Amino acid sequence: MASVNKQVYAIGITDAHQKMHLIDIPLRPVGAHDVHIKIQYCGICHSDLHHVKQEWGLTKFPAVPGHEIVGTVSAVGSEVSKYKIGDSVGVGCIVNSCRTCEECSNNSEQYCDNGMTGTYGAPSQDPLGHTCGGYAEAIVVDENYVLSIPANLDLAAAAPLLCAGITVWSPMKYYGVKAGDSVAVLGLGGLGHMAVKFAAALGAKVTVLSRSAGKTNDAYRLGATNVLITTDKAAVAAARKTFNFIIDTVSAEHDLNAMTSLLKTDGSLILVGASPKPLGLSPFALIPKRIKIGGSMVGGIKETQDMLDFCGAHNITSDIELIGVDKTETAYERMLKSDVKFRFVLDIAGSLNKDVVVE
Amino acid sequence: MFTKQLPTGEKVCAIGTTETDQKLRLIEIPRRKVGTKDVRIQIQYAGICHSDLHSSRQEWGKTQMPNVPGHEIVGFVTAVGSQVSKFKVGDIAGVGNFVNSCGSCNECSHDMVQYCVEGVVFTYGSPVNDEVGHTLGGYSEAIVVNEDYVFSIPKNLSLAGVAPLLCAGITVWSPMKHFGVKTGDHVGVLGLGGLGHMAVKLAVALGAKVTVLSHSSKKSDDAYRLGASNFIVTSDTKALSAADRTLDLVIDTVWAPHDLNGISKLLQTDGTIVILGMGKTLEISPTTMVFKRIKVAGSLVGGLKETQEMLDFCGKHNITSDIELVSVNQTEKAWDRMLKSDVKFRFVLDIAGTLNKEAIVAV
Repeated sequence: MASVNKQVYAIGITDAHQKMHLIDIPLRPVGAHDVHIKIQYCGICHSDLHHVKQEWGLTKFPAVPGHEIVGTVSAVGSEVSKYKIGDSVGVGCIVNSCRTCEECSNNSEQYCDNGMTGTYGAPSQDPLGHTCGGYAEAIVVDENYVLSIPANLDLAAAAPLLCAGITVWSPMKYYGVKAGDSVAVLGLGGLGHMAVKFAAALGAKVTVLSRSAGKTNDAYRLGATNVLITTDKAAVAAARKTFNFIIDTVSAEHDLNAMTSLLKTDGSLILVGASPKPLGLSPFALIPKRIKIGGSMVGGIKETQDMLDFCGAHNITSDIELIGVDKTETAYERMLKSDVKFRFVLDIAGSLNKDVVVE
Repeated sequence: MFTKQLPTGEKVCAIGTTETDQKLRLIEIPRRKVGTKDVRIQIQYAGICHSDLHSSRQEWGKTQMPNVPGHEIVGFVTAVGSQVSKFKVGDIAGVGNFVNSCGSCNECSHDMVQYCVEGVVFTYGSPVNDEVGHTLGGYSEAIVVNEDYVFSIPKNLSLAGVAPLLCAGITVWSPMKHFGVKTGDHVGVLGLGGLGHMAVKLAVALGAKVTVLSHSSKKSDDAYRLGASNFIVTSDTKALSAADRTLDLVIDTVWAPHDLNGISKLLQTDGTIVILGMGKTLEISPTTMVFKRIKVAGSLVGGLKETQEMLDFCGKHNITSDIELVSVNQTEKAWDRMLKSDVKFRFVLDIAGTLNKEAIVAV
């Protein structure tokens, strides 16, 4: 086995310095089932920001986020059968799970009864005692949690599929979006723009719900056939009972009950944005049309691979803005203002080196 | 739905509220002439549903007057129109929540008349082109209904105990079928009243294991008697913790404000909470929903075919409601007790026995 770096550069935060900066972290030795991946690109997900701003509870230091990882296999363990050196691969939000519970046996590792191991910040057998993510030169992952990236897809633009993509793909498959359905997408950001692309590719008719007309051109370019301005009361009234599904990607507080008027009988409102505040659900919004409001969290490994294969077949990737790692903090600020079309991707291989300074 | 005004055939006694005040009184109402597809039912019993109270006390917006509630109706067929094929004079028949719908929309075509796009015609309070202008329900001596909206009642079931199946029963049956309750599932029932006790009986009969969740310990004996295998008081955090991730489905029959977060912890991944009580806004944490792919859904009564299927199932399994039979002059008292959950588990009005010209109703 070729020797690989066990200590790599990364961008993260430490106890001593809690803004993103260049650090180095140890990686575990390549075990029998492990794949060592030289990271090319890593997408920036809003979760990364929550993690480094310590908004989701106690973050372990050093904290290296990033779970939209694509790269090339640089070493494989002795019992690895799925990958070989040189393969283009990806890693998403899950790097391990118990593998024996009912959820894991049903390809729903994200709901593992014993708690799945997240790509960053989760307790693990790694040298630091917790996992470190993709804002790093390399990562070592069990082959069962590594995905194969179709050769025809642009690698940088494929990175966000591993979280943003699967986060909307999984519920669309689970709740049953199919050709001919009418799907509304609320929020046109990283998740929303993928929801539009996927729903259109699945043969559904897609409407983007937006508070302003500013994103109309983008909506149509992505494959939507209609844009509904939610502040236009007359338009909303006319769109009563139009949709089978609403994919709600907005994490900020907003009123779900009013939106249910847009759903047909038996319609589903799918929540993928996890706002910290409780939702107020009115029985009057649910009962008269047997409406379901359901949550969903990322996706299982098999379905992530199915999604990637679908993307390969339909030539679907994310719309990205590629940036150097020195611009990480700037990207976070712009992401908070939704000032990106539609996902930042860090050029890891091209910009993460010993001299980089994060602005 | 009707192009010319339906002619009146007769006048009958009823209990209802009028323009003057909202107290129930003995009144006289017209019933339409039996049309070619109509069935006239001499009402024997009418179950008291919480909706009767909501509508009479104008809690769901302005109610048309006179208001005659009642949508858990059973009786005998005394006349049928010339084109009626499903019923004959003497048959035992029931009427539930609706008496008409458009019949042609997608919902109506898929046995979901309760969700009719054009607007289903409810048994009371919906516009109709007759002398009164809106429908009048089962707190009356007789009712005339299109045969498609009349149900056949299994002969082996006690009539008075059948009445609540037509609303309380179908309201819990429909979502249990729609969300796939099957043998071996574990169903939680929140609230042990008219709806809740039917949910326990029906879920058990479907082969599921049932846990009853209640805010008070008083109902535990009843819960076990009805067939539940577990009873949890919702303020008992230890018991709730022990029941973490055990339920596939929760039938939530509670109308008063209550916390969904504690309930959602009891659900397995992919579990569903079905909300049946038309009450105020309820809160739930989106994080829990996202982390376990939990669904919160509503459901409204049931379709015609599935109501008949439920009745046939009840006939086969000898299931009726637990009732307290009251005379019509006790209606207001029954309403007051119902508000305090002081009934096991549904009041049923003895219409044939006590509703007549001499009934004294207003207190």
